[in-house]
Amino acid sequence: MASEARNESEYAVIGGGLVGASVAWGLARRGRAVAMLDEGDIAYRASRGNFALVWVQSKGGGMSRYALWTRQSADAWPELAEALQTDSGLDVCLQQPGGLHLLLSEREVENRASALRRLNKQPEMVPFEYRILDHAQTQQMLPQIGPEVAGASFCPLDGHVNALRLLRALHIGFQRHGGKYFADRPVQRIEPRGGEFRLHTAGGEIAAAKVVLAAGLDNARLAPMVGLDVPVRPQRGQIIVTEKVAPFMPYVVHTVRQTDEGSVMISDSVEEAGFDLSVGSEVLAVMADRAVKMFPLLGKLSVVRCWAALRVMPKDGYPIYDQSEKCPGAFVVTCHSGVTLAAAHALLLPPSIDENEFPNESLEAFSTRRFHVPTAH
Amino acid sequence: MIAAEELRDQYDVAVVGAGPAGLAAVALCARSGLTCVLLDDQPSPGGQIYRGITNSPFPRNAVLGEDYWCGDILVHEALAGGTHYAPTATVWGLLRPDEIAVSIGGMTRQIRFGRVILATGAIERPFPIAGWTLPGVMTAGGAQILLKSSALVPEGRTVLAGCGPLLWLLAWQYLNAGVRLDAILDTAGRTNWRRVFRHAAKFAASPYLRKGLRLMLAVRRNLRVVAGIVALEAEGSERVEAVTYRTASGYSERLPVDTLFLHQGIVPNVNLAMSANVEHRWSDTQLCWVPRVDDYGSTALPHVAIAGDGAGIAGAEAAAARGRLAAIAAIRALTNRLSLDEDERDARHTLHRYERGRAFLDLLYQPAPQFRRPRSETIVCRCEEITAQQILETTALGCPGPNQMKAFLRCGMGPCQGRLCGLTVTELMAQARGLACGEIGYYRLRPPVKPITLAEIAGLPTNEAAVKAVARE
Amino acid sequence: MFRRLTEGSEPSLTIFIDGSPTPARESDTVASAMLAAGRTAFRTTAVSGAPRGPFCLMGVCFDCLVIVDGTDNRQACMTTVRKGMRIETQPGKRTLGP
Repeated sequence: MASEARNESEYAVIGGGLVGASVAWGLARRGRAVAMLDEGDIAYRASRGNFALVWVQSKGGGMSRYALWTRQSADAWPELAEALQTDSGLDVCLQQPGGLHLLLSEREVENRASALRRLNKQPEMVPFEYRILDHAQTQQMLPQIGPEVAGASFCPLDGHVNALRLLRALHIGFQRHGGKYFADRPVQRIEPRGGEFRLHTAGGEIAAAKVVLAAGLDNARLAPMVGLDVPVRPQRGQIIVTEKVAPFMPYVVHTVRQTDEGSVMISDSVEEAGFDLSVGSEVLAVMADRAVKMFPLLGKLSVVRCWAALRVMPKDGYPIYDQSEKCPGAFVVTCHSGVTLAAAHALLLPPSIDENEFPNESLEAFSTRRFHVPTAH
Repeated sequence: MIAAEELRDQYDVAVVGAGPAGLAAVALCARSGLTCVLLDDQPSPGGQIYRGITNSPFPRNAVLGEDYWCGDILVHEALAGGTHYAPTATVWGLLRPDEIAVSIGGMTRQIRFGRVILATGAIERPFPIAGWTLPGVMTAGGAQILLKSSALVPEGRTVLAGCGPLLWLLAWQYLNAGVRLDAILDTAGRTNWRRVFRHAAKFAASPYLRKGLRLMLAVRRNLRVVAGIVALEAEGSERVEAVTYRTASGYSERLPVDTLFLHQGIVPNVNLAMSANVEHRWSDTQLCWVPRVDDYGSTALPHVAIAGDGAGIAGAEAAAARGRLAAIAAIRALTNRLSLDEDERDARHTLHRYERGRAFLDLLYQPAPQFRRPRSETIVCRCEEITAQQILETTALGCPGPNQMKAFLRCGMGPCQGRLCGLTVTELMAQARGLACGEIGYYRLRPPVKPITLAEIAGLPTNEAAVKAVARE
Repeated sequence: MFRRLTEGSEPSLTIFIDGSPTPARESDTVASAMLAAGRTAFRTTAVSGAPRGPFCLMGVCFDCLVIVDGTDNRQACMTTVRKGMRIETQPGKRTLGP
């Protein structure tokens, strides 16, 4: 396609993954003229690799604000699901039946119990309901667990969603609200000029009054162009997917979940592997072994594919929401929990971005200023 | 033939696939004193073309044609030299540059090699027409498997539809076997003849002309052939009940059927090679992905070579020649023996002979666009039941390629891993976006390329770093 | 609808297809034995419940899935018959197991 003439929008959102699409949809729904720019078919795309959990328990150790933010998002999720159904016709299959974090030894149970205790006791924390279960209690909720499951932590607020359908619904909804989607347009350079922003891409220039950086790992490169410093790094996670099975899991398990289509997905690995997307069989073996310990009957299921994806991991693990002081109108929205926070990004952030109160007082904790606070000695 | 437990942890050369390429490669490697293992997922050797040759239900030389029966020499030579041959062995990935993972009887073994030769051959090109998922609709390749392995032939009303040499071969074999065929619906485009004219001389000098003509004449003399099919549809509710067609001249008919065999050529089975990160390019003549290999079949990966139809469709004799060339490269890499010049000359001579004339066949039998890029309601992804309409709508949404398409629609996420839908998706998206197929790309494939159980994965070796990466409580 | 061309010198054995005793030959796959016995559809899909039968016969299409001796989702074309083998239609998604 030949270079396009300069495109002008009120907002340019860089990134078409779950974070970018949530914010873009939210803004377009408010009647703003939004352009969403995305990479091509082969790209890092954390959104393809997520585990689709809408997860509250265990979030926010070290930052109460994050626990509250997570909780707000989980509470807002039904509203998002309904709005997307109306907008796109798609049911994203939100289920919030409660979730379990299964533990395979007494030590794991103790560690978990004390971690959750500490979490709930933090200053300014709004405690969430949870229970520590022993083997028998866990078995009552999940009859198929194996004998090596020592216990679990259960939180009634946890759930999951069909994340791929979520992304598709956001894109369809975005375009129905007049949003313009530019695929295959990686941004080479952002040029702030005369109070607006020119995005230089191989396919031509796109101009917008404001720009939202939601480009995942690429935020690190783009941020300095608008006077921001966004420390994010790749963190590899691998996923195993089985053949489709008749429903057997009434609750969501942190590392083993059954999708609405029936397949069982297994995660959860964390490797600091740089930008390497190769699948490592040793990690898969440990994941598979733990999954089979949790649910012995899973051993017989066929694995139909495995893959690795890169999480977008901010330096301290918490989301980064900020507006550039040097270039007002340039925002950054990035996190590693794009599914859980999708409701917050789609429903709660766009009003404050649009009313120019971003980050507002409740979001101050997520600004990049926290990385520059000198530590006390 | 050896059992899973007898397999060693390491061999000089591992060959994946016991079709003509794999068999020829193994025979040569073993003669050179290298330790070899031949791994094949079927219960007996021969690949698809020589399927069932070691335990055929037919008396020798009956029904199947002379080209088939000469395959047993290859098998004999391959297995004579002390090679470890493991049938029902599914190689599901290259886990390291010098290691494959193979599943036998529900247990995975990891085998290290000095060189691996991937000879996984070809699969049928997808032929997505309305109703192609109905029970009773099968591939011509499937028909041949039933014939060769079990002497099973269709009875009742049977129609063959499509184009390509294998379709005619099947019809001829059925004629020999006294099978009633109601019609052959020939979808080869008439206009193809003009395009292929410049390759005609090479074809005329190739072995294909004599064989092919004799075959086609016999079939046309004895069976009803309807040429110039431009539209084709299978109908039925619980199974196929009829096939309707329309010709270029506007004639249409509805034929009641019990069995419908479809075929429009074969394409390389790329999954194992792609999952090992072997680079592929799009071939505009063969309309499929072809690995980048040199004239010994070596890839850019130091220990990996590809031989046979998996390197590009060229038939059984060419496959055997390529298998020998890959073996020669392996022997030279591993033993410093250089006295294989005569073998190489012979192999190249054979290869040249059988490759000449392929361009003609490729163009003559290039499937027509409407059979590669089906209409809206036709199912494209059989596993997840995704239609062409859904793919086109999602492309219009801005979806740039097959991997994002997979994420949006689940297209390609089933157990077949895109073998039956991938080419269709690439072509549909290329046309919709106005780009070349090579620019659109293909699904990103990773091990396991065939399903294995979770228990098998759980049994793979681990290390401390891996445990730390997962068990972080 | 398929028939055997040759008498065959192989011993015949009995397998069970959805409970019915059925003759098969030693080298048959489950797929060829079922086709020879007149079966066309082998399963219904996990997505829509549509009927499917064998398509490629070489282990690539995954449409010939059946339950073999109580194990779900086995490829009929890749499974050699054994005396007394119990084969059942695969009804949609597999179950987790006993």
